[in-house]
Amino acid sequence: MSSETGKILTTDGIPLEVSLKKAERKNKIKAFLLVAPLLLFLLITYIFPIGDMLMRSVDDKMVTEMLPKTFKSMEKWDGKELPPEEVFESFYLDFQKLVEEKRDGKLSTQLNYTKNGFKSILKKLRRKAKNFEEGNYKEQIMAVHKRWADVEYWRAIQRRAPAYTSQKYLKGIDMYKNEEGKIVSVEEDRRVHRILWLRTLEIAFFVTLLCFLMAYPIAHLLATLPMKYSNLLMICVLLPFWTSLLVRTASWMILLQQQGVVNDFFVMIGLVADDSRPEMMFNKTGTYVAMTQILLPFMVLPLYSVMKTISPSLMRAGKSLGGTPFVAFWKVYFPLTIPGIGAGCLLVFILAIGYYITPALVGGASGTLISNQIAFHMKSTLDWSFASAMGLMLLAGVLAIYWVYNKLVGVDNIKLG
Amino acid sequence: MSKNLDFVKFDKVDKSYDGKVLVVKDLNLDIAEGEFITMLGPSGSGKTTCLMMLAGFETPTNGEIYLDKNPISNIPPHKRGIGMVFQNYALFPHMTVYENLAFPLKVRKFQKDEIDKKVDKALSMVSLSGFEHRMPGQLSGGQQQRVAVARSLVFDPQLVLMDEPLGALDKNLRESMQYEIKHIHESIGVTVVYVTHDQSEALTMSNRIAVFNDGKVQQLSSPDKLYEEPVNSFVAEFIGENNTFAGQVTNMSKDQCKVKLSDGTEIIANPVSVTSNGDKTTVSLRPERALINTKEKMDNNFKGKIEEVIYHGDHTRVRLDLLGNKEFILKVPNSSANMDIKMGNQINVSWNSHDARALDPK
Repeated sequence: MSSETGKILTTDGIPLEVSLKKAERKNKIKAFLLVAPLLLFLLITYIFPIGDMLMRSVDDKMVTEMLPKTFKSMEKWDGKELPPEEVFESFYLDFQKLVEEKRDGKLSTQLNYTKNGFKSILKKLRRKAKNFEEGNYKEQIMAVHKRWADVEYWRAIQRRAPAYTSQKYLKGIDMYKNEEGKIVSVEEDRRVHRILWLRTLEIAFFVTLLCFLMAYPIAHLLATLPMKYSNLLMICVLLPFWTSLLVRTASWMILLQQQGVVNDFFVMIGLVADDSRPEMMFNKTGTYVAMTQILLPFMVLPLYSVMKTISPSLMRAGKSLGGTPFVAFWKVYFPLTIPGIGAGCLLVFILAIGYYITPALVGGASGTLISNQIAFHMKSTLDWSFASAMGLMLLAGVLAIYWVYNKLVGVDNIKLG
Repeated sequence: MSKNLDFVKFDKVDKSYDGKVLVVKDLNLDIAEGEFITMLGPSGSGKTTCLMMLAGFETPTNGEIYLDKNPISNIPPHKRGIGMVFQNYALFPHMTVYENLAFPLKVRKFQKDEIDKKVDKALSMVSLSGFEHRMPGQLSGGQQQRVAVARSLVFDPQLVLMDEPLGALDKNLRESMQYEIKHIHESIGVTVVYVTHDQSEALTMSNRIAVFNDGKVQQLSSPDKLYEEPVNSFVAEFIGENNTFAGQVTNMSKDQCKVKLSDGTEIIANPVSVTSNGDKTTVSLRPERALINTKEKMDNNFKGKIEEVIYHGDHTRVRLDLLGNKEFILKVPNSSANMDIKMGNQINVSWNSHDARALDPK
């Protein structure tokens, strides 16, 4: 018997496994070719840029490349006292080469970032270095300026040796590496990013909550109303999807501004006095209102698709067994909608955390989010590596939320429809 | 304890969903305590609506329902204390079998040990002990069904409603569940109102059957009476198989009448819902009451041509062309005496006039 030897043979005597693989190979190739365009597209437009972003955010090769000999000779230096003659010599050679290539200005800018005071002593060194004699560079360089004899400055140069840096990431959470190489927070009044991160989380959380509170009854209505009404309601839910995001945001601006429709109405019914109209635009309120409205369908749809599958007889069973309508809802209906709640909340939260256009338009100063800061560095300061670092931090945050969610609820329980 | 004969009472109940059509028309129905009553009828006949009104998920448009002499129209479902088995079981999919059964007890604030005891008892009643920690999704259809039955009984209701509970099961399972439910009913004496559109289910299980059609109870009687003595042609047609002849009453006497068929022949029938000569009628005859080549003396004897023979193992179904009815069905028991049944043969068919019931015209 072939099964006794552990291998099952086909009638032709070929091992079954081989035969099966052969039979399936063609289908596998076909399947791969079908997904190949998408795979390529994803690779080019998604995975590759993210990889590039990652590289850019930690890239610190500039100084490393400008002072190759110096950093090589510094490898043996313990950094306690002034470096040996060898380091001075290779620094002189690197520097001379940069001067010839007219790149010494860049070096002084970069080193000045690390420690103040490099600009002037490098300028002075360039002037004096023309007349340097061969040998004993240590003495000659130290004679140029007394700072060259200060070990702190040489340590500052050494700190720029690694080709990669976490500096941008530290900056993203308002921290930096001080001169001793310790990671510390910036002064309290200069902490911008932490406030932004917290505000982003806060707004995303409350927008998710508001969406959930509003979407649950809507989705329930959608799932239980007779077809002709539920279709109409569904169109109302989807209508915002068919309108441009900009148009929607702009209409919120018209509605919510101080001389806007909503304020006029409040004044009319006597809720507020005409001269103390509340500001609902260009602050957090505006961001909350507009984002909740825009993200609502993303909560309604997963909830609806889950509620649609819950048989109405379950609620009836709950009631006929003696549960009050509330108990029947809370013990029977609600637990069954959790997959939809999970999917909707995750979707809305992740979308909200990276939301850009709406907070940029209606958020004002107190309603902007981290994504607006990223855009600011992309467009205005051109500090792309910082923008990349923050973008990646946002991505990591989203992945972390996904991980926590998976641990708590289980991604298998998500139902998007 | 004397039995309460109108434990459940439908009193002139009407129900309409849209204000135009009455789904249930002037329903009067008394259900005795401990009875197993089945509401039988085609879909759309109003039987499920009646059940839903009893359970409290629908309110009667007119009339009143009494449970143990108390009107219940204004009592919400969760306060009625009526057990219910739903069409697709309606087990809570996120709860284990134990939690499903404990649900009605927990909302009634029973103690934990008492809940355990009652759940144990209910599960052993449907022979599912040991399944406490399974999820409903891990059970077969029959097992889910039993859990649903156990859940409807676990809080000791006096009345249990069952809405086509066996509809989703396959034939064999359905039959064994029918007996199981019947035995449970007999052993605990609970009143059961059972809804089905399957007549054989109704016949095997019930004490009494209410045949619904068009929002009305057509006949309410015990299964044997319903089968043997249908009061109108709908019931005769709906319950069991039936051969019919349409004709006109010609010679009316006290317990016999002659009916003239369209081809001119006259047959003798039992007048059930005809009263005078000239009435149009449909004569109904059960297939097993007509015999072939019999030596017994019967008052209707005719010759028919065999059109079709279908072998069924224990019996053979024979379709005849008899007195102009080409769909006349006979059931011939499978015995060696009936070997000459072949297509095209002429055979003698006879029946007693008592079994040919002259009912209302269709």
